[in-house]
Amino acid sequence: MATIRIPPVLRASVGGERELQADGGNVGEILRTLVEEHPSTESQLFGADGTLNRYVNVYLNDEDVRVLDGLDTAVESSDTLVILPAMAGGAR
Amino acid sequence: MAVPPLQNRPCSGRYSDIVASIGHTPLVELKRLSPKPGVRIWAKLESHNPTGSVKDRVGRALIEDAEEKGLISKGQTILEPTSGNTGISLAMIASRKGYKLRVVMPDNVTKERTQLLQMYGAEIIYSDGSKGSNGAVEMALELAAADPSLYMPYQYGNQANPLAHYNGTALEILEDLDGHVDAFVAGLGTGGTLMGNGRRLTEELGDAVKIVAAEPMQGEPVQGLRSLEDGFIPPIIDISVLDRKIFVTNRDAILWTRKLLDEEGLFAGVSTGAIARVAVRIAGEMDEGNVVFIVADDGWKYLSSGIYTLPVDEVENLDSTVWW
Repeated sequence: MATIRIPPVLRASVGGERELQADGGNVGEILRTLVEEHPSTESQLFGADGTLNRYVNVYLNDEDVRVLDGLDTAVESSDTLVILPAMAGGAR
Repeated sequence: MAVPPLQNRPCSGRYSDIVASIGHTPLVELKRLSPKPGVRIWAKLESHNPTGSVKDRVGRALIEDAEEKGLISKGQTILEPTSGNTGISLAMIASRKGYKLRVVMPDNVTKERTQLLQMYGAEIIYSDGSKGSNGAVEMALELAAADPSLYMPYQYGNQANPLAHYNGTALEILEDLDGHVDAFVAGLGTGGTLMGNGRRLTEELGDAVKIVAAEPMQGEPVQGLRSLEDGFIPPIIDISVLDRKIFVTNRDAILWTRKLLDEEGLFAGVSTGAIARVAVRIAGEMDEGNVVFIVADDGWKYLSSGIYTLPVDEVENLDSTVWW
């Protein structure tokens, strides 16, 4: 099972957990497993069309999956998915 | 008497004033960072700009674009959200050109930034630091909407920002490396550096060049969003320009900022440590070629934080400071 790191803004929807484990062979499957276990995350993670909410960034370890294969990006059980809110860049 | 030929070519030129001298920065090879002989790592020292950051290019482009379009007049107040460098650049350029500047900045940036802004005559309005840069953007948009006498360049949505790099930085890099650029790495903030350089380099070199973003993994104390709908994506960012997008924690960024100093004598700011870390990783994945990364600013404005002298675990507010 891959590890998912939960940002503070989503923790209330997952019972306060900072980290969870979920099954799945790619990013989409893992996030769907998360949604099945914690249904209130669905509207935050996904848009009505099933794509990733534009203000959610999901990283495979430290790489943004949007520039990899998106929700189809393959995930190994040793990998960590990091969910982060889109923030304005820093000292700019 | 004959003048002896210059030994330090290229000479960086002479300019009519400080604003005209922005850009034309050195490209320096960092041999100790290179993971293998065939891969050369080059640092584009944007820290050599007049106020010490890449944002001098952007500040000049934003103001000159507004001048050309007749959007500002002498004595008018410019308003901009920034967590530091853009404000400092705009403050210097505005003071040279006869404008006033008001910046909105998170209250948890390093204190040197406040001093530099005051030094150049800017007025500062602080936003809630727990909202990071998002809070500064939000407050500036509200202030601008309430007072039509203000002119807001809005670097996050103004194409003059990436164009400063498309027509400047990228051309300098291509010139200095005779067009042989295999990877370009920069920090992702407004997106201006990556979009402008990325577009120009890709237009010139096609798929032969990889455009790589290093972005800050904001510490949890500055992820103070009420919901994901409070998230923010700068309008100038087109993610399709990027080949890779990799986050770097504050801790790693600081460790690599120190590494640049210790191994290469390069005194740079925290974002540059993060960018260098990603550049070296990309270099390690290549067999040969040139990797160029941007040194976004110098280290002076981070000195009070102790990051160059303290063990990283003793740096105060490591996760609650907006470093870049």
